[in-house]
Amino acid sequence: MHARILGFAAFVACLAVPAAAAVALSDAAGSYTVSPAGSSIRFTIGKAGGGGFDGAFARFKGTIRIDNGDVGRSKVDLTIYPESVGTGQSRIDAFLRSDAVFDAANSPEIQFRSTSVTRTGDTSALVTGRLTARGKTFAEKFTAELDGLKGGTIKFHVTGNVLRSRYGMDVGTPLYSNVVNFDMTLMGKRG
Amino acid sequence: MQTSITNTPTRYGWATILLHWLIGIIFIGQFALGFVMVRLTSQRTAFELIQLHKSLGFLLLGLIILRIAWRLGNATPPLPASVGALERRTAPLAHLALYAFQIALPLSGWALVSVSTLEIPTMPFNLFVMPNLPLAESDAAESFWAAAHWYLAYVGIALVALHIAAALRHHFLLHDSVLTRMITPSSEGE
Repeated sequence: MHARILGFAAFVACLAVPAAAAVALSDAAGSYTVSPAGSSIRFTIGKAGGGGFDGAFARFKGTIRIDNGDVGRSKVDLTIYPESVGTGQSRIDAFLRSDAVFDAANSPEIQFRSTSVTRTGDTSALVTGRLTARGKTFAEKFTAELDGLKGGTIKFHVTGNVLRSRYGMDVGTPLYSNVVNFDMTLMGKRG
Repeated sequence: MQTSITNTPTRYGWATILLHWLIGIIFIGQFALGFVMVRLTSQRTAFELIQLHKSLGFLLLGLIILRIAWRLGNATPPLPASVGALERRTAPLAHLALYAFQIALPLSGWALVSVSTLEIPTMPFNLFVMPNLPLAESDAAESFWAAAHWYLAYVGIALVALHIAAALRHHFLLHDSVLTRMITPSSEGE
């Protein structure tokens, strides 16, 4: 595991790789399909007076393409279906799906398309891309941390903050923070 | 002649008059707002109107406490001599009931948001976070306080209607000063 993370680091750095890591390099490069079974997209929104509320999207799809020679040319595409939002409280779910927030009936997809991937550490990268929700598109940044690489499976822990007001979802501010903290685990399967 | 802030033995001062009409307008407005906000199709507008309803409810609670304190610390002008014995006994009871409902309604609303499993914070006019009442949160408690708030509102608005009808009767049928003295303040010269 450790050797493979090092191997990934070597890969992203495009360094001359030791023999042990060369296996990982050839393992990592390629196209992955995000597997919903091993992945999760969770979010938290802070509340006035402390605490917050958590939710998750149950349905999404995506691809991760790791470029063999240049990590900067890697691509991440993610499509989230807001209809699948869940908070554990059905009345809040209905509110989020309604035109007060996601308007899932008219905007059934939230899309993220990466525009650049920049390596920030041995196993981490900054992914910049265009997030589209409710017909509005803005540049957003997410931090991706390699969490595992095994056989044909790659796993990233992705975090980032998004200002919901920009997407016409400012309802409830300032009772609820404008900042949505995303916490995702994306598991990709080769192919 | 200067108008007087305080009541005199025969007339209301402008503080009482101002509080009376302000509370009256907010109380009736709150009833209308409460009625409408739970019947809207737009969840966003409903959410925002519910927050406004909560803000106005706390304003009402503050104003009614002020009103009661002001009333206790001020002379209350007696009813005109022409008022009959029955009304002389029942009018104070109706007024006491109005005060009780103006206290009970915001408190029951506060209880409702405190026990709600939605856990929506309360920020009157987005100024500060109002803490919840120390009541246990549950769906059952939320249903109970929602019903209590609803029933209190209907009985409260019926009392307000009775109050308005009585004031109009005094003005248009009995031609006495009961309504006008709640419009024109007392003055220094009295």
